[in-house]
Amino acid sequence: MSGLPAALDSIPILGVAFQLIGYVLSNLQFISNTTVAVAVPITLAALCGVLCERSGVVNIGLEGIMLTAAFVGWVVAAAAAGALGSGTPLPYFGITLPLVIGLIAALLAGMAVSLLHAWLAISLRIDQIISGTIINIGAAGFTGYMYSLISSQSLVGAGQFQKFVVPAGVVDIPVIGWLINAIFDQGPVGLLTIFLVIVLQVMLFRSRWGLRTRASGEHPRAAETVGIDVIRLRYRNVVASGALAALGGVWLSMEQTGNFNAGMTQGRGFIGLAAMIVGRWTPLGAFGAALLFASVTGLSQSLTISHPTGDLGNLINGVPGEFWEALPYIITIVVLAGLIGRSIAPAADGQPYERESAS
Amino acid sequence: MRAWIRSLLSRPSRRGRLPLPVWVRSLSWLLAESVVAILLALVVGGIGIAIFSGLLPNHAAFDLGLPVAAYGALWSGAVGSTNGLTSTLVYATPLILAGLGVGLGFKAGLFNIGGRGQFLMGTIGAMAVVTLFGNSMPGFATILLALVVAAVFGGFAGFIPGVLKATSGAHEVVTTIMLNYVFVFVTYWAISGPLRLAHSPQPITLDVGTRGAALPIILGRDGHAGILLALLAIPLIWFLLYRTTLGFEIRAAGANSDAARYAGMKTRWLIVMTMSMAGALCGLAGATTLLGVVHQMAPGYDTTIGFDAITVALLGRSNPIGIGLAGLLLGGMRAGAQTMQISPGVPAELVDALQAIILLFLVINMLRRWRTTRRGNGSMTAPAEPTEIGALSAEVAP
Repeated sequence: MSGLPAALDSIPILGVAFQLIGYVLSNLQFISNTTVAVAVPITLAALCGVLCERSGVVNIGLEGIMLTAAFVGWVVAAAAAGALGSGTPLPYFGITLPLVIGLIAALLAGMAVSLLHAWLAISLRIDQIISGTIINIGAAGFTGYMYSLISSQSLVGAGQFQKFVVPAGVVDIPVIGWLINAIFDQGPVGLLTIFLVIVLQVMLFRSRWGLRTRASGEHPRAAETVGIDVIRLRYRNVVASGALAALGGVWLSMEQTGNFNAGMTQGRGFIGLAAMIVGRWTPLGAFGAALLFASVTGLSQSLTISHPTGDLGNLINGVPGEFWEALPYIITIVVLAGLIGRSIAPAADGQPYERESAS
Repeated sequence: MRAWIRSLLSRPSRRGRLPLPVWVRSLSWLLAESVVAILLALVVGGIGIAIFSGLLPNHAAFDLGLPVAAYGALWSGAVGSTNGLTSTLVYATPLILAGLGVGLGFKAGLFNIGGRGQFLMGTIGAMAVVTLFGNSMPGFATILLALVVAAVFGGFAGFIPGVLKATSGAHEVVTTIMLNYVFVFVTYWAISGPLRLAHSPQPITLDVGTRGAALPIILGRDGHAGILLALLAIPLIWFLLYRTTLGFEIRAAGANSDAARYAGMKTRWLIVMTMSMAGALCGLAGATTLLGVVHQMAPGYDTTIGFDAITVALLGRSNPIGIGLAGLLLGGMRAGAQTMQISPGVPAELVDALQAIILLFLVINMLRRWRTTRRGNGSMTAPAEPTEIGALSAEVAP
């Protein structure tokens, strides 16, 4: 696809931009596949944030939820594999019994941590940012402690979920083949994420649950007067959304890799929060923002693997490698600062709800 | 007679109460609350150690002796010897400095999670001074300049989220965390690039000791002069907060930003100012660690100071004196954890988990007090001023 006229590339200064376009087009498959994959955990974190904040609970603990779930899923799957044996994987996604057990354990762990946040934020009405911070510190401490205990055991993981292989005939479809490949060349969690984005977008704006959730996030007292149990709804949303963030953790330790590392979430939960804000608290918008952030990673990974030539290559050589790694975070800050005024949080976001006492 | 009986009945809570000033009662209440939270956390942590003791080599599962041994090692490593005590002070130094930074933010209603990045930027600033001027300046002058530049670099790292918050409203929790990762990569780049020791096989900076820029040891085996800086910063920040106009405005903006603005205070400027000062303090924490402890930046140089400082500031209730005490406590835990990791083999990460449990019990407990005082039975004394944690809830939505 690098068929852009060479004349364009040789224009001074502007030529580099054309070279970049040419580079992206010729590496489109790699960049787009990486982008969608990197966006998966960010999207899951953002979806968790959307569910919580739409019902009026700020959850910055989702980084900790992801980390806990990543650890629990990995360690339980490994333990199950040790006790039961891996067995033959199913033909799809390389699913084995230990992996499924690990997945379930991870989801339960994520929901348990979420329940703690819900209890602190909704019932005890403590500052929700502090509650989330405690969860983040605790998750880092708990997983770090357990990981260093286990590292003396030389535990072997239970492997990972495999990707769906898009048939070659589909990939070769002109114009849209690469897109289909980028979307479907993923493991079960990745595919589920795209499905969840669509389902949650519809449910949040078209279902009774969605209306109630938005009502209790905008004006809980009004919601309560029409018979919505705000406290219960917030509990349900926060706990259920814990499973979403947990899926993000599962993706990290059981789908992208088959390993756990201390602190492996690397701020993805917070990028997810930023994606949620940039996406204006909607699932689809959050997914779009996550794709935007991830595309930077996709491009930078591509640039390090297949190095461009010419002026563009010289330009890239002049930039230290650490810059590319820092770029997604910089973009997040810039987009966040640029868009924040036009992105408005649910009115009762972060405000504890206190029922008017009947007595 | 009847009037006397009625007067006794109407003031039942007054009976048996010592005639102490309000601030003593509120302070002892805060102390008691913290001690209860710490003790409960130790119990829960001990249960955790016992549950997973089977994962350690040479230990049975549910070994109840292990928590006792671990806490024993923690205690003796922290305060059991002169070396332990100096080690506690050395660990406490950056914790107090960065804790003051985070606490200053709390006072202004800002949640600074950027301690990690600000610490690293301070470290880079100090290292850059030693690399550039170490040969041409006397050691003492190099150290002074390094500290100043570290404060400026750290202050700049805090200035960015401050400006973003003041101009665009981007929430500092998200921006400081994102900046942490940016500064981590800046650090990696600095070590492998401009600050790299010439002709060294691996990316590593020079040893500040070779330029005479290591902080002098003033206490025991490794007690460096940076300890004095931390101890000096406590009264300075206290003075700033409670005896200057700027401090008053910071506290006013933290308690009620709208009211502060209507009273004519420049709240946006206060946000930028506070975040910059907080960053400078965290940068100084980085400089004292570099010049006093590690002396050299190796590949992957990083710190856990960001979260530790939040714990210290919360535990110290954002009060400089409280932060000093909390810094000593956590410094002791960090120092003891090294001993604990060696002798019964319990991982030092236990301290991270303990921090979270302490904070958990602290916030749960605080709420109970708030409820009790609100119910108004007067049996517990409310603190003289609202706690900054409560004041924070005014601004939580990102």
